[in-house]
Amino acid sequence: MEHSTAAHVHSPSEASSERPSYYEVMETAIQELLIQKQLIGAGEIRRQIEVLDSRTPALGAKVIARAWVDPEFRSRLLANGRTACEELGITFYDDTKLIVLENTPKVHNLIVCTLCSCYPRPVLGLPPDWYKLPPYRSRAVIEPRAVLAEFGTVIPDDVEIRVSDSTAAIRFLVLPVRPEGTENYSEEQLAALVTRDAMIGVVPATIDTARSRK
Amino acid sequence: MQPVQKRGSKAPTVFTGIVLAEGEAPIFEVGEHIRVLTRSPIGHYRVPQYVRGKRGVVEAIMPIRELDNEQEAFGRNAGSKRHYYRIALPMKELWLQYTGSPRDGLRIEVFETWLERN
Repeated sequence: MEHSTAAHVHSPSEASSERPSYYEVMETAIQELLIQKQLIGAGEIRRQIEVLDSRTPALGAKVIARAWVDPEFRSRLLANGRTACEELGITFYDDTKLIVLENTPKVHNLIVCTLCSCYPRPVLGLPPDWYKLPPYRSRAVIEPRAVLAEFGTVIPDDVEIRVSDSTAAIRFLVLPVRPEGTENYSEEQLAALVTRDAMIGVVPATIDTARSRK
Repeated sequence: MQPVQKRGSKAPTVFTGIVLAEGEAPIFEVGEHIRVLTRSPIGHYRVPQYVRGKRGVVEAIMPIRELDNEQEAFGRNAGSKRHYYRIALPMKELWLQYTGSPRDGLRIEVFETWLERN
């Protein structure tokens, strides 16, 4: 359901010295069969890769920055994440819904999909590898504080941790706390502070973010 | 999730006498104490093992009904839709050994057919 082929598709001209894995062979075989039986066309696969490639964390960062500068947009975003994103032209091609979870000084939200790799792809693109691997998926719900500490995020005991496990047709996006000292930042400058990991909830958004990325 | 914004300031007129189809209205209410069922059906469904049998509270009702994917996987009853509920479960309820703050919790969407009143 959530298994994207985008990362594994190679163009026919791309030479590779490695032998394809069992699943890559199976994927190619299924792809060829579907095309042969005219259930899908090669163009549709290419188009879907383009759709996915156009979604990156920079898109989500713009949504967050807008929410930080525009209180009315912020309330619409928290009321219905999908329709607020759609206002900005972000489509939900996979027909998922979006709940935006607001971090506050009292509540820290963390997102996981224990069953597979549900992720707010329309807004953030493809998930990072660690998000899809069993250690994060199991530990995020068992010992979220230890997992967060490994990301360098130490949450004080008086702050409540809420782990949201995406299992159904709903995806989550964390609205981080706006960093202090950014009162004079433009919307664009603010967007540069918002990382993918901050929108998953494993780190806060900080002023240092833009610098440390270089 | 908040209810959808109403257009204009006038209160909407609600007609009486409308009979709803089965599954149209949510069975559980926000704030209600529930338990996730401990079923183990064969097929496709999306209730992780670790929440089965656990007790929680309905935090929100997802406004748009969804297909029952447990039935849909077999091509059965695919037209019948029900609600998902956002359930709040304390970490202490999930893991006896949990050492973090007692306020820490999990949020998860569970399909109506997987819940019972507690």
